[in-house]
Amino acid sequence: MAAYIFRRLIVLIPLLWAVATITFFLMHATPGGPWSNLGDKPIPPIILERLNAAYGLDKPLWQQYVTYLGHAAHGDFGPSYANRSLTVSDIIRQAFPVSLKLGLVAMFMAVVAGVGLGIIGAVKHNTWMDYITSLTAIIGISTPSYVVVSVLVLFLASRLHLLPTGGWDGILSTKVIIPAFALALYPAAVLARYTRSSMLDVLKMDYVRTARAKGLSEKRVLFGHTVQNALLPVITVTGLILADVVTGSFFVESIYSVPGIGRYFVQSITNRDYPVILGTVLLFGVLISVMNLVVDILYQFLDPRIQLN
Amino acid sequence: MAQATTTADTNAGAVEWGRSVRVSNLWRDAFRRYCQNRLAAAAAIFIVLLALAAIFGPMLLPYSYAHQDYSAINQSSSGSHLFGTDYLGRDMLVRLLFGARISLSVGLIVQFVIVLIGVPFGLAAGFYGGIIDTILMRLVDILYAMPSLLFVIIIMTFLRGILGTPGGNSILKEIATLNAQLGGLLGVFIGLGLISWLTVARIVRAQTLSLKRREFVEAARGSGASNRRLMFRHILPNSLAPIIVAVTLGIPQAILYEAGISFLGLGVTPPMPSWGVMISESIRYLRSFPYMLLFPAIGLSITVLAFNFLGDGLRDALDPWSEH
Repeated sequence: MAAYIFRRLIVLIPLLWAVATITFFLMHATPGGPWSNLGDKPIPPIILERLNAAYGLDKPLWQQYVTYLGHAAHGDFGPSYANRSLTVSDIIRQAFPVSLKLGLVAMFMAVVAGVGLGIIGAVKHNTWMDYITSLTAIIGISTPSYVVVSVLVLFLASRLHLLPTGGWDGILSTKVIIPAFALALYPAAVLARYTRSSMLDVLKMDYVRTARAKGLSEKRVLFGHTVQNALLPVITVTGLILADVVTGSFFVESIYSVPGIGRYFVQSITNRDYPVILGTVLLFGVLISVMNLVVDILYQFLDPRIQLN
Repeated sequence: MAQATTTADTNAGAVEWGRSVRVSNLWRDAFRRYCQNRLAAAAAIFIVLLALAAIFGPMLLPYSYAHQDYSAINQSSSGSHLFGTDYLGRDMLVRLLFGARISLSVGLIVQFVIVLIGVPFGLAAGFYGGIIDTILMRLVDILYAMPSLLFVIIIMTFLRGILGTPGGNSILKEIATLNAQLGGLLGVFIGLGLISWLTVARIVRAQTLSLKRREFVEAARGSGASNRRLMFRHILPNSLAPIIVAVTLGIPQAILYEAGISFLGLGVTPPMPSWGVMISESIRYLRSFPYMLLFPAIGLSITVLAFNFLGDGLRDALDPWSEH
């Protein structure tokens, strides 16, 4: 097991290197630099020269690349060009926990709602309840999060004044409800579809028929024999979606003014804030790969038939 | 698909008619199965109607999508502007129909780019195997590890930068001019195509791996068919069904991506009215003029919904043996 985890983590290194390389050269090939949006007036050439020299942007590209990789390997991702008093690590340390918390709240809502709806849909297969859950799920899949946030802000915040129109105050404030719900809708829909089809498969199994035949109550059949088996494939999807939800909150964070990493990323793209862009991409790359690894390991514990190698 | 010709042969006349009719039977059966799925059939009808409205609608309206009328800003629906006007007094209906044009063309053309990249990639990896397979599939793995939305944003920033400031290179200049004429759509096609071909490549590779050991491919090889002929005459046609399904389900994905990047201001360039642009413009006026949000949002959701039903229906129709 330890050897397996070790091997997977080793593979991560060339992967991250490749991701960093692609991003680095794409960014530097993009016209415009970190100083093009600075202030209202054009910057005098002498100052531009000094700024470039101070941040090493005057050196040949390959040299910048080698320096960046060297520093990054030691955990130093450089300063932010847009917020010059902060390093990339500072920014990530400030903004990422916000995104993580928001993502986890959203994920919690998504798992409860998605798995719940999926089970109901399968148990009440081909009844109106099933159709309503399926319809809800497909609407959730088809509606982008920025639409959901905007509609919720419109109705719940500006019309009915039930919830605040934006901002962030930690996960215990009412400000978390709209962004978390908007983020949760898509994963809830995906989970509901997976759970439903997986439940339908398991409900056809011989051991479920046996359980019914030996006179167990429908409740025992469901929760003693069906649900835990049906949820196995769902766990894989949950892991993959979790990475998506935590990393995919650009729209929600930008619209609802949540000071998370997604909003920061959108800003750093317009500012050509190279180090912040690279740092975010690497962080997300690690997050996605680690989530995949966790899912694979978890899977083995839950399903003893699966052998990792 | 080879199973299809042996098992799905319910048409009595098929045997006498020989090979060509038997092959087309798969498609006829699939069409019949598709039409039995009421939701999928309704989705297909909706998409056809939407396409017709998107193509001909703007011609029938007296406004252009960029025409600004400052005497009629932020109007709700009226006789002259059926869906009202936006904050620059532009007719919402014509902009919505143009947005449909953009969404539909993005959905379709991006799939074309995906097929163009993904199919040869997957064919080569699966057919040649060995070192070629390893290299190609490692590349796919790396791109899969990139957070996709981040990657779209970076690529679109790059493409917009490159195509926005044409340099000395004459080919690039031509492309940049074309892109400007298309309101930035060319960049969207390329950018979304570049990040979305991975799934198709994987599907084609898996199909190729299983098909290349089948008897009919061996037989063709034995009778002297070249590698190219094996790949494009024997393996590819037999992988069509899963490719069609993947491509159809890729359409709503591409439409959502386009709306998303246009929402962020990285997609089409104003005044081109993508639904994503319209949604993002409406947010500033959300409190006072909510209809500006609701129309493009509903249009986007229903279109994506319809393509999802279409894809699901096609999957069930073309591959009735799999259970979903």
